[in-house]
Amino acid sequence: MTVLTFSLLVCASSLIAGLVGALTGLGGGVVLVPLLTLFFKVDIRYAIGASLVSVIATSSGAAAAYVKEGFSNIRIGMFLEIATTLGALLGANLAARASTHAIAIIFGVALLFSAYFSRRPRSQAEREVPRDRLATRLRLNGSFPDVDGVRSYNVQNVPAGWSLMFVAGALSGLLGIGSGAMKVLAMDQAMKIPFKASTTTSNFMIGVTAAASAGVYLSRGYVDPGLAMPVMLGVLAGSLLGARILVRLHTKWLRLGFSVVIVLLALEMLYNGFSGRI
Amino acid sequence: MRLEPNWTDEKIENAVANLLRAGVLLAALIVLIGACLYLVRHGHSPVDYRVFRGEPADLRGVRGIIHDTMSLRGRGIIQLGLLLLIATPVARVALSVFGFAKEGDRMYVVFTVIVFSILVYSLLGS
Repeated sequence: MTVLTFSLLVCASSLIAGLVGALTGLGGGVVLVPLLTLFFKVDIRYAIGASLVSVIATSSGAAAAYVKEGFSNIRIGMFLEIATTLGALLGANLAARASTHAIAIIFGVALLFSAYFSRRPRSQAEREVPRDRLATRLRLNGSFPDVDGVRSYNVQNVPAGWSLMFVAGALSGLLGIGSGAMKVLAMDQAMKIPFKASTTTSNFMIGVTAAASAGVYLSRGYVDPGLAMPVMLGVLAGSLLGARILVRLHTKWLRLGFSVVIVLLALEMLYNGFSGRI
Repeated sequence: MRLEPNWTDEKIENAVANLLRAGVLLAALIVLIGACLYLVRHGHSPVDYRVFRGEPADLRGVRGIIHDTMSLRGRGIIQLGLLLLIATPVARVALSVFGFAKEGDRMYVVFTVIVFSILVYSLLGS
């Protein structure tokens, strides 16, 4: 394959990954690395480096749109970013020591988790929870625009959410993914933040988390410009498109389809990791 | 810092959104320029990412990337765009420090400074 053909094919696949990633709130990064390693036969370390920088583009591009719509709670994001960036530093340093087989296997397991958690019944829209003392002190309770006016919400289980965020950050630094599924899990399931606010705040946080490990990857020589270029441009175009249609889209079927794809990629990653092909 | 009552959450959110959009678009533009040069010059070369070699030293650090950009190397220019992309969330956090300070929210100034320090450490400490 020539550089031109490769770039165009990778760019087109990344566009789809970015679009679906933004729509489901699971991030394009989760399918990017399997896509590059399994179909384009890219070494997993190059794939992780390219995925990591494009994750920043996805997050920042989509977050700009969401922040203006008022979906993201900046305080929740900032408070939890302390956990995710610390985790990301740990993850990036683990990545230097782990073998590619181990990374492929952990990746497969992380994919299965994202598919599982994206299938869990998410909390009902009418959920009413009391005010939590710690969350109130930290000024985490917020509001966001919904179909019938502005909806306010109360945040719960701050320590559990914070710990899950640390793990999400570590996975992000180790695997070069945004860890969107785990961030949404921490906010939606543990902290009881409404789903739409969770996905958008997650998207908003992903860029900062990824930036914490991206510098480490760049200086380690994991970021190849020839590979990162089509990935980043494709993912960015896809995520910008996704942010435009999120508000009026019914995500149920999309999430179902995406989780099926994720399970298949997970099995393939596990097989390749265990058989030593990656 | 002086408390300005007209500096609201909404204003911070707008400033953050504009910064993110500008940073990402500028990064994408630079990557695109580098991509054109790279594809015109090397578009027909064979591609192989199967074997991990690691990037050459000039594509691993700020100084080398700027040097390559000045000599109009496609790969160097792409890397400059990627570097700018990595810097965008860091700038966003820096802007939030300023925003929370203007709002008089000391607790969140502290939280944001912690996040900023972690980011700077990760970028410069490695």
